[in-house]
This record gives sequence, structure tokens and C-alpha cells, in this order.
Amino acid sequence: MATFGNLTDRLAETFTRLRGKGRLSPADVDGTVREIRRALLEADVALDVVKDFTARVRERALGDEVNKALNPAQQVVQIVNDELVRILGGEQRRLEFAKKPPTVIMLAGLQGAGKTTLAGKLATWLRKDGHTPLLVASDLQRPNAVTQLQVVGEQAGVAVYAPEPGNGVGNPVKVAKDGVREAERRQHDVVIVDTAGRLGVDAELMKQAADIRRAVDPDEVLFVIDAMIGQDAVATAQAFQKGVDFTGVVLTKLDGDSKGGAALSVASITGRPIMFAGTGEGLDDFEPFHPDRMASRILDLGDILTLIEQAQANFDEAEAAKVAEKLATSTFTLEDFLEQMQQLKNMGSIKNMLGMLPGAKGMREQLDNFDEGEITRTEAIIRSMTPAERRMPKLLNGSRRLRIARGSGTTVTEVNALVNRFEQAAKMMKTVAKGGVPQVPGMGPVPGASYAGKGSRGSSSKKKGSRSGNPAKRAAENAALAAGVKPAGASAASGSGFGLGKQAGAGAAGGPSPEELASLQKFLGRG
Amino acid sequence: MAERWSLSRALGGMFARKTIDDTTWDDLEDALIGADFGPDITEQVVEHLRAEVERFRTTDPEDLKRMLRETLEERLAKYDPTLRLTARPAVVLVVGVNGVGKTTTIGKFAHFLTTRGRSVVVGAADTFRAAAVEQLATWAQRGGAAIVRPQQERQDPASVAFQTVERALADGIDIAIVDTAGRLHTKGGLMDELGKIKRVVEKQTEIAEVLLVLDATTGQNGVAQAEAFIEHAGVTGLVITKLDGSAKGGFVLAVQERTGIPIKLIGQGEGIGDLTGFTPHVFVQGLVG
Repeated sequence: MATFGNLTDRLAETFTRLRGKGRLSPADVDGTVREIRRALLEADVALDVVKDFTARVRERALGDEVNKALNPAQQVVQIVNDELVRILGGEQRRLEFAKKPPTVIMLAGLQGAGKTTLAGKLATWLRKDGHTPLLVASDLQRPNAVTQLQVVGEQAGVAVYAPEPGNGVGNPVKVAKDGVREAERRQHDVVIVDTAGRLGVDAELMKQAADIRRAVDPDEVLFVIDAMIGQDAVATAQAFQKGVDFTGVVLTKLDGDSKGGAALSVASITGRPIMFAGTGEGLDDFEPFHPDRMASRILDLGDILTLIEQAQANFDEAEAAKVAEKLATSTFTLEDFLEQMQQLKNMGSIKNMLGMLPGAKGMREQLDNFDEGEITRTEAIIRSMTPAERRMPKLLNGSRRLRIARGSGTTVTEVNALVNRFEQAAKMMKTVAKGGVPQVPGMGPVPGASYAGKGSRGSSSKKKGSRSGNPAKRAAENAALAAGVKPAGASAASGSGFGLGKQAGAGAAGGPSPEELASLQKFLGRG
Repeated sequence: MAERWSLSRALGGMFARKTIDDTTWDDLEDALIGADFGPDITEQVVEHLRAEVERFRTTDPEDLKRMLRETLEERLAKYDPTLRLTARPAVVLVVGVNGVGKTTTIGKFAHFLTTRGRSVVVGAADTFRAAAVEQLATWAQRGGAAIVRPQQERQDPASVAFQTVERALADGIDIAIVDTAGRLHTKGGLMDELGKIKRVVEKQTEIAEVLLVLDATTGQNGVAQAEAFIEHAGVTGLVITKLDGSAKGGFVLAVQERTGIPIKLIGQGEGIGDLTGFTPHVFVQGLVG
């Protein structure tokens, strides 16, 4: 739920003070585990599962297996993600088909979970895969469930076996049994038995489901569950496991904005894999389940790990350190800026990167508005300068600017904007590198600068230019790393830091929020 | 079969002890979360009760139980659960996500009204889901209500709603209930459709109530659902369904408090008579015991 922000942000916050520490203390871990616990509960993961889960995360975070390549925050995210994927079933399982057709698939679940719709989707999917499914209408309870299945069958272009009118008339066990026989006779290779929805506490209906199971001896019993279900997921799943002993789980209504913690609960408590997910109202909105994607969804982590990996692979650390050094001694030039931008481009499309950020779901529109061409134009402007100009922007007089504008296919205004922005940014970064908190109008608090300030405020009285053996200097470098180098992408995206002249207005209004950028930064920054 | 989960049973252990200690608070917290109150409200309630226990210097779990009951009741009773159906015809729009039990609720509601001497017409404006019209027709018959069906397949739901109200006006029917297709609150286009239904109906008469049906098994997502439906359909009351299951629907407190929309009806069974008004006292009694 949006009200609580995303876990990544909160984790990042928790870990801000851990920067520079090599490993986690029990107290640090406890704080983090509390946040995770809350996030999981918000996502409707069952309490028992949350308890087990947090206990494991705690144990692993304190253990020796900690990956030295990652900073503490990254480590915990990694552990949490690993554990989520492990519980969700590692990799997806496929449907098991009977050696001797027909393969019988039975659907069971609560009322309103979406069984009948799912029957249609599954049939469509199987038909496309070259099977000839038969739908059997064994939900004789709900008014006109039989009619619904017939309509769904027609839409899916598959046969429906519905000898009874439903609405409480007829014997569902007999219908199911006859349905399988009918399939044998008409040589359908898959039978999908739709059963009535029932509450976990309804002993009579649960017995009926068990009877159907015994009568048709299905190869797969799929438990259909609504992704929006809350803490009751456990009781329900257990009741169905005891009642009909399902072999796999199908998660429906995943197209809503529920975090789908139920998936985690059910998988963890019953040990049955989640096989499919329903993702919309159309008969084609159906896909095999991806545990890893679900893991990200539950904690709203985005593809943060992918992001970390990409950043690590592409960002040249030595290069970054050099820039930090330059910042501190204020020799940062347009040339360096250009180099940074090229590195940034190596990391892939900025749009994609931003899309991977947690909480980025809501800003898809802004992402679409974000013009990557701005970066190219900025590059063109810088490339149209002579090396001397790049090193000394002060050289740029009117005629030089006109030449540059012509050479880069832009206008003098754009060149001016870039130069202004660069000067502002350089000034700002110098302040940051010295340990201050820069005030840039219209930009809000500079992401990552808060802790930079904290980290080195005490040192500002010390002599400037101390080597990195000095903790103050190190802090300053960190600050530069965080505020200057890595977030080049961030600043570029929000359009306020560097050359994205035209982007500035749009960026301030429509770009990703400072929080989002801050979280990118926190993960990229090394302690 | 699953035991009927209940907060009272979850609390059983804690009230069985002689004094209030640390485990009591842990148990209370677990029980509240288990009832889908969500971490936020749970925290508030536990903190409040801790303060109360401190204030009254009590160590008796029985006192704590009473305080818990009072706290929950007080918070649930902050809003007025009365249905306003005095207009003639009183138009009731029923909305909600897929599979929460809208059609069933309408059947029960129609029955509830007809047994109290009101004439009812239901409009099958769920023209999307296969066989939804037939399902409603069956319920309408059971509930003794007239029904307005779409004249053709995939007819615009707004026009069915319009015809339903038209029929109520023409025949002097007291109450018109309009069924709508289930829609996930994240689907912008479908939510706009609700706005259209509302606008079209309002051309003829005011809408008396817009009831949002919520499934008791829903977790914390219920709040997001409610917020979206309030924005697009101007919900005036909540209906909680499937309370006969093992879920206790603690999330409704969060929904009620965050949105300020009162719970008006409670559905707890598949029988036609299994719909009642909402009484905080009874609700809490069922919850805490």
C-alpha cells in the first residue's frame, strides 16, 4: 500500500547509518527485520510465515555467508529475495499429463476465487498448445454457474460437458465421473472439472469435493486462490489441503494492485507449487507463474538486484574514484562530465533503469515522457567543443557558442543552458565534496546529501586536502561518490543537475521523485 | 476441515492466564494481525490497551478482554450504519471487484426488502461476465423481485441501469437495485464506466446508496479497493460478505477509518436470508467473544 512507502526506501534508511561498516550487528539486523516483518504483513503474508521468514533472514544476515561484494543494505535485500524465491518454489512446475489420456484436472477453491473463468483460460491455453480439452460443469451449486461455463467454453472454443442444469439440481460427483467417461469416448486428451466454490469451514461441501476427487482420480488438483486474500489464506489453504489435497496452486486477479502475500503463505504452508497466474479478464490473460517476479512484487523491490548487478558490472570503480578526487580539488570539467555520461549510457537505457526501480510502477507515464534524446543532445554539444573549451568553460564566448551550436545541431540557448547547468552542478558538487549540503533552488534536498553532510560535518574544520587515510577525507569521497558520480543518472533523470536544459522544467514536475532517486543512490553507493 | 478460526480462540490462551505479562501482549498482537486488522491498527490498539492497563493498574486478563471489546466497538461505532432508502424510487448501485459476491448480495438484499413489504426491481447491468444475467435472474426470482435484463448481448451497462430506474419510475416500484460487473479497482477504463452508470442514472433521479461489496477474506488490499471505488463511484456504504467463513474481516476497521464510509450490511451464508444490518456490538462480540 502506497501509504507505507516501499520497503527499499525504508531499508535504505535503516542502513544509512551502517555505511562503512563491514558487517551487520545484531541490533542493526533486528531493526531491519522489524521493517521487513511489517512490509510482509502489509502484503498480507500470514503471520506464521512472516515469523519463520524473518527468523531465517535474521539468522542468515548474521551468519558468515555474507557476500563481501555487497554493502549491508544490498546483502539484506539479497537474502530477503533469495528466501522469498525459495519459499515461492524456486522454479515453476509444469502440468503433469497422464501417460494414458485423458489427463484429468480438477479445480477447487473458495467462492469468487475465479474457478470458472480460470477453467476457460486453462482450456484456451491447452487448446493453443495442441490439446483438446473438455470442460466439465460440476459446479451445480451457484446459480447459473453451468451457463457461465458453457459461455466460457464457447468463447474458448472448447467442448463443454454439462448434463445437469445446476442451480442446486443434480449430483456433481456423478457429473464429474461421467465427464471423464465422455472425454474417453470422444477422445479429448484433457478434462477440466469445474467444481463449486466452498468455504474452508463448510464440511459438507468439502466432503463433496473430496468425493469428486476420489471419483475421477485427477492427475492435477489445482487450488484456485484470489491474490487479494488476507490472513485467512492459511486456514483456507490448510482446509483444502486436508479436504482435497491439491497438487498445485493458481493465483487469480494478479492484475489488481494487491501485493499477493497470499502466494507466499500458501506456498510456504502447504509446500505446493504455484503453477499459474490469472492476470486479467480476457481468456488469454493467463500465464505460468514466475516466483522471482512475485518475490519482487511482495516487497515492492522492483528489479533492484538486477539494477545492482548492472551497475556493478558497468561502473568502473577506479574511474569513479578519480572523479571524486577531481571534485574535491575542483578540477571537474566538461570532459569528465562527458565521460560519466558515456559510462551511464553503457549501463543501458535510462528508461529501463528507472523502470527497474522499486515504486516505479506509478511513474510509467513520467518515464514515457522522459526524453533520452536529451542526453544525446548534451553529448553532441560537448563533443562540438574543443578540448581546451571542455577543460575551461570560461573560454566560451559568443562566437564560440554559436560555432558549437551549429556543430551540434542545437541552438545557442541550449548551449548556454548546458554551460550554466554544468557550472551550477560543479559548484554544488564541490560543496558536497567538502562536506556541506548544497542549496539548489527548485531541486529540493539533494539525494544522498543528508548523510554526506552528517558524515563529514565534524571534519569541516580539519585541513582540506588530507589524504584518504583520514576518515574525514574518506567521508568526503563517499559523499562525492554518492552525490556526484553514481547519481549522474539520477540527476540526469530529474533533469536538474546537469545539461538537460529543456528537461529541467518537465523533470521537476514529472520526473521520478527524490526518494526514488535516493534509493537508487543508496544502493549504488558503496560504504 | 479447518477449525473455525476465531479471534476469541486465538485469544483464548491469553485470557486463560492469570495475569497480564509480556506474552499476553505478543499473543494479542498476533491475534489481531491474524484477524486482518493490519499492522497499523494492531499497533494502535495494542498501544492503547497497554496505556489503559497501566492507567487502571489491572493485571486481570478479563479486564483486558473487556477493554479490547470496548475499544474495537467504539472505533467501529464511529460511523452511522443506517441505510437511506427513503427516496422513491430509492436507487441502489452495487459495486465491487470480481468474485466478492455482488449478485448474491443483491439477491439477499432484494429478499430482505420484499419481506419488509417493499417492491423491488433489480437491473442486470453486469453485461460482461458470462451468465451473470441468469445468475441475477435466479436470485431475483428467489428474492421476489422484478428484473430488467439487457435487451442484447454486451449492451452498455449504463443503459441497462437507466432502463431499470425508468421501470421503477413507471411502475411505482419502491427500490431499484443495479448490479454492476465486477471490476478490479486498478482498471481505469472500467472504473470510468462506473462513473458513467452513475451519471446516466442521476439524469432521472438521485442515487440513494452506492454499496461497495467487500469480501471478508480480503486482506489489506481492501483499503486500496475502497479508495478507488469511492473516487469513481462515490461509495456511501460497505457490505461485507463471506463472514461465515474462517476470515474475520478485521480489515474493515481500517477501511472504515481510512475512508470514513460506514459498513451497512453483513452477509454470512449462502441462504437467501443470510444478510443482516451491521451492529458493531454483535460484530465485535463475534470477533472477540
